[in-house]
Amino acid sequence: MTEIITLSRARRGQGGRIHAVEAIEANPADALELERRLLEFGLVEGARVQMIHEGPVGRDPVVLDVEGMRIALRRHEVRGLSLALTGTDAAE
Amino acid sequence: MSDTAITVALVGNPNSGKTALFNALTGSRQKVANYAGVTVERKAGAIKAPDGTPMTVLDLPGTYSLRARSPDEVITRDVVLGRRPEDVPDVLVVVADATNLRLVLRLALEIKAVGLPAVMALNMYDIAERQGLRIDLEGLSKAIGMPVVTTVATRKRGLEQLLTIVQGVLASTAARPSTWHEPDVGDIRAAHREASRILSAHVKPPERPDTLTGKIDSVLLHPVAGLLILLTLLFVMFQAVFSWAAPGMDAIDLGLGALGGWVAGIMPDGLLQSLIVDGLISGVGSVLVFLPQILVLFLFILLLEDFGYMARAAFLMDRIMGGAGLHGRAFIPLLSSFACAIPGVMSARVIDSKRDRLTTIMVAPLMTCSARIPVYTLIIAAFIPRETVWGWVELQGLVMFGLYAAGILSALVVSFVIRKIFWRGAFEPFMMELPAYKMPDPGSVALNLWQRARIFLERAGRIILPLMVVVWALSTFPGPPPGATGAAIDYSFAGMIGRALEPIFAPIGFNWQMVVALVPGMAAREVAVAALGTVYAVADAESAVGTLAGVLSLQWSLATGLAFLAWYVFAPQCVATLGVVKRETNSWMWMWVMVVYMFALAYLAAFVVYRLAVAFGLG
Repeated sequence: MTEIITLSRARRGQGGRIHAVEAIEANPADALELERRLLEFGLVEGARVQMIHEGPVGRDPVVLDVEGMRIALRRHEVRGLSLALTGTDAAE
Repeated sequence: MSDTAITVALVGNPNSGKTALFNALTGSRQKVANYAGVTVERKAGAIKAPDGTPMTVLDLPGTYSLRARSPDEVITRDVVLGRRPEDVPDVLVVVADATNLRLVLRLALEIKAVGLPAVMALNMYDIAERQGLRIDLEGLSKAIGMPVVTTVATRKRGLEQLLTIVQGVLASTAARPSTWHEPDVGDIRAAHREASRILSAHVKPPERPDTLTGKIDSVLLHPVAGLLILLTLLFVMFQAVFSWAAPGMDAIDLGLGALGGWVAGIMPDGLLQSLIVDGLISGVGSVLVFLPQILVLFLFILLLEDFGYMARAAFLMDRIMGGAGLHGRAFIPLLSSFACAIPGVMSARVIDSKRDRLTTIMVAPLMTCSARIPVYTLIIAAFIPRETVWGWVELQGLVMFGLYAAGILSALVVSFVIRKIFWRGAFEPFMMELPAYKMPDPGSVALNLWQRARIFLERAGRIILPLMVVVWALSTFPGPPPGATGAAIDYSFAGMIGRALEPIFAPIGFNWQMVVALVPGMAAREVAVAALGTVYAVADAESAVGTLAGVLSLQWSLATGLAFLAWYVFAPQCVATLGVVKRETNSWMWMWVMVVYMFALAYLAAFVVYRLAVAFGLG
């Protein structure tokens, strides 16, 4: 049973495969730009992702392990991405 | 073609070791300048191929895509596409971190569409081998359609082979017309699938993957330990800037003083002597004296950047800085500004996004730089009694601390206002890659440090020197009439300006002597101390602070003294900083915005302080 969550709500230790990529921004041009940047950093459908660090204030920004690369981003930048969780070797 | 050198452009992701490869190829034969019209560095080096063919190597700003998102990436795109006439490449070298191929493969696919002959340099190949990463070089080369060469830039391995293959590919492949177009989201997804296919076909995952970076990160990015380490690091850096730089600063001060004395001795008294000694030597000296601090500061910044820590510091600070509308990366430039706003403004280049960089530059001079210290010290010595309050706090130290705090607080407020008013709702993603930790290469740190020093000195020469001469001329001409009794500066243009401006400054409690001192004080903040000395006819005021403080405490009211301090928290009394701001923003407009807003804040602050102090009976 795979659980699908929004990537921006993931906690440290949670990981899985990117289920869908969509960028949410008020301005459509910004949303398109954000989506392209996310894709350029390897956040594509099917990519293996794990949240490995959370920032000291408000658990934001976060560091994601994306197919072996470490990408730092703010949570609100990935609120349009959904993650199909795999086995939770969670720290929580 | 035969008489011109082959132009080779290095393209790659940030942190791929591209600059290390460039340094290994060109060594000290590199020229660093700005691209015309933008503040992006152009790095080029003339070298010879193993067979003697002349080559020009260009180090283009790192990028993940030719789809340019920042001014730096626009340069990369334009050069790659042959749109900049000064740099039209014949061959493109895609520099790849052999241990981190996924994103660069996508870039390589884009580069292939450009149609120029291209070669991939698999850099850091020694690390890949150590990790037991197996790369099928031939298969990879076929799949991406360009020759693949393995290199280790830090050990200068594979360089000759790379250059030979660059020549070979240039001789054997004709450039095809470009079919590149800006990739849309569908193209990027397709390119990623292609890159994944190539990776799984030709690259076996490492047997001994890098676990060190993860281990270091678990400490350095720890929510509590990470912040503590960051603060400790900053404390050490700050201490070093002041203590390590002190001998150098003293030496420069002493050397220039001796030079001035020597020139004064061998030259007849008169205008020319005054121009050289009071204008040029002491003017340049007041800027040159900050060189040691700038070098120490940049040494730290370069080491931390090369080690891979800067991106982590930005990560830790992003939320804290973000409250004021600043990017996490703004942290280092603002910190540097405590020593001097010039390196602070210069190091704002680490921020990719144009708006965040501009905000950072605009608030950097509000941080209390070391040139304010002599002014603060003088006024505090004159007006703040040496008392202890609440049993243990020294009042003079408390006032000093308050002035620092006022600087920081105002920087945060101003950046918040800039964000809310000018760039309301502007979209600036934070996203960045955290590179693997690496030992900094001493050679490349030294080279970089030398380049920073040269840039600073060139600016001191080109912008600051003429301005110093202007300030000198204002305080010298016209000379006092025969039989004049006051100080010479009273009769000069500076004196006239001071008296003319006096009515404007009267509401904030400044007398005309103070206003006169502010004119030469535009050269640099601490010059105001010497200028006050001149106006009040205290010889050698900078070394005789006690005497001058005594005079001031008799001549000024406490309210005036406090207003003067408030003025100095904000006023942009430093033409050197303004010159660098003009240079770094490439705009007179932003420089004037800075001048106006800082003078406005200074006036307002001095007014409020003066009126409050008078109301409390301290006038």
